[in-house]
Amino acid sequence: MATKNWSFRMTPTRAVLIALAAIGGALMIARLVLGLGPTTNLNDQWPWGMWIGFDVLTGVALAGGGYSTCLMVNIMGIKKFAPIARAAMLTSLIGYLLVMVGLFMDIGRWFNFWRPFVSWGHTSILFEVFWCVSLYTTVQLLEFGEVATEKVGKRWHKVFKKMLPALLIIGVLLPTLHQSSLGSLYVIEIGKLYPLWWSVLLPVFFLLSSFFVGPAMVTVESLLSARATGHKPEYGVLQSLIKVSGYLMVVYLALKIIDLFYRGAAGLVFLGNLEGNMFLLEIIGGIIIPIIICFTPKLRKSKGGLAAFGILTVAGLVLNRMNVVFTGMSDYIGGSYFPSAIEWLVSIGLVAMGVLAYLFVVENFNIIPKEHHQAYEEQDAVRHSA
Amino acid sequence: MSKAVLVDITKCVGCGSCAVACKMWNDLEYRQDSPIMGKESKLDAENWTNVKMVEIEKGPEKETVWRFVKNQCLHCEEPACASACFSKAFQKSKDGPVVYNPTLCVGCRYCMLACPFDVPKYEWSKVIPLVRKCQMCPDRIRDGNSPACTEVCPTGALTFGEHNQVLNKARETINKDSKYIKHIYGEKEAGGTSWLYISDVPFDKLGFRTDVTTQPVPRYTENIMHLTPAVGLTWGALLTGMYVYNRRRNEIAKEEHSKKKNDKKKK
Repeated sequence: MATKNWSFRMTPTRAVLIALAAIGGALMIARLVLGLGPTTNLNDQWPWGMWIGFDVLTGVALAGGGYSTCLMVNIMGIKKFAPIARAAMLTSLIGYLLVMVGLFMDIGRWFNFWRPFVSWGHTSILFEVFWCVSLYTTVQLLEFGEVATEKVGKRWHKVFKKMLPALLIIGVLLPTLHQSSLGSLYVIEIGKLYPLWWSVLLPVFFLLSSFFVGPAMVTVESLLSARATGHKPEYGVLQSLIKVSGYLMVVYLALKIIDLFYRGAAGLVFLGNLEGNMFLLEIIGGIIIPIIICFTPKLRKSKGGLAAFGILTVAGLVLNRMNVVFTGMSDYIGGSYFPSAIEWLVSIGLVAMGVLAYLFVVENFNIIPKEHHQAYEEQDAVRHSA
Repeated sequence: MSKAVLVDITKCVGCGSCAVACKMWNDLEYRQDSPIMGKESKLDAENWTNVKMVEIEKGPEKETVWRFVKNQCLHCEEPACASACFSKAFQKSKDGPVVYNPTLCVGCRYCMLACPFDVPKYEWSKVIPLVRKCQMCPDRIRDGNSPACTEVCPTGALTFGEHNQVLNKARETINKDSKYIKHIYGEKEAGGTSWLYISDVPFDKLGFRTDVTTQPVPRYTENIMHLTPAVGLTWGALLTGMYVYNRRRNEIAKEEHSKKKNDKKKK
């Protein structure tokens, strides 16, 4: 056990990612030194921009694959999804760490970040989000402890294994609460957020969509990392996994339609204005087409169909969050906001850091089941014989 | 007791004394590019109040008239900013003012999004910025004085007093004189505010937001927050139940499996 066999393969893509991450990191320091005014395009009309809209709201939702997979595999005991559980939960952990960094960049008085723990401002939705997200990130780090101690600090492995059941349960409970709370944040925008998106059901919509985007995200990720690392994606698992998304998307769509009619906002869909068109794009491209793919066996079983389902669902979710934060607010707020170069580069840098971290962990820890992990089998064989 | 201010728009001549008094009392910076009076004036980190000039066509003859609207924080009875603040940096005091405590502020700016009147502004140019808005001179009120702006108004457009007395005066005024619109802005808006307006021209033409909900804004989210513990407990119990059930099922399956193996061996 003298050598731990750490490896990180360098490829041109990875070099680019490292460069992007470095630029992002440098600009984050610049933001802390210079303040929000000079580095972002935020203003009094648009106090929340890309960092909250994309890095935080969208980031948390896309990391939803972690808790949804954990629920199905570890709590409901659906064993056939087990092969993808660790990968999904790793993405989620990295996602949340990035969200925390993004949030830290966005708050103006960052040295006060701990205040809400003490102030107890429990009437604010943000209070719940803050508590749940920070607790859940801690829980995920501990959950990862079980994976990490397979390789480093082995004597702690038993302790982590013992804690795991409690962690898994809390690790599903917390995201359920804050995924919905992120939607609740916008309930206070009554009369400001365009009626196609404002609803008292916002928390339900955010929760459902964070759940059904999970399998889609896992699909996209499996296909991508299969290309990057040379192992075979779990087609069978993915095909039945996206059916879970499909059923939930039908429920989501039905609720959306009922809600629109109930609030008398259904007429706004076909007005042909920016809001109406963006809403249609989101619902048709991100919900209806994926549902069709999902329930047409021929499409679902093809590689292209699977990829299309994943990409469309993820894009649909991103568009939904963008619509809530920007499209739906622009008519009321007026003025203009477009993220500055620094806002873009910091966001891109964060994503690059996440991808690099994922690749590193997958290469060095037991995340993807061995039998499908051909590229590393040799290496493992050497280690075991040694 | 809770104090309030009545703004009678028909009496305002747009002199801007109130905005000057505000700058002086609160030690706010004058900026060439951000006037406190006129058509282009608006609230920002250094303008806690401004007097906006509005040109409107009035009456059947459509004659063009000028009106002046003093803007500042309306100091809601149940403020959305205070309910939205997760570090309690905004608090409604019993005197009426909604006061900001900078030491608690994290700088998340959710208050700016939550405010139904878009009042809180931010010090964008500062490295460590604060949220800024009219505080309704809480220390002056505590000492038995009126806010700086109301103190200097030369035309009687601003009346400071007990909330119920000010509201009664507003009702009397609009009922006595037919030139007034029969609407006290701030009586019901956002569940009621400590600043009230009366006018002879419709409020929407003056740039007021007239589609504000009459429910106190915090109600919308507090209902959700109150549900959270119950939802959390139920869901937590359900998850634990599912987990235990499935683990037991697996154990039984394993036991049976090994039993069968043993039986086979015995045979």
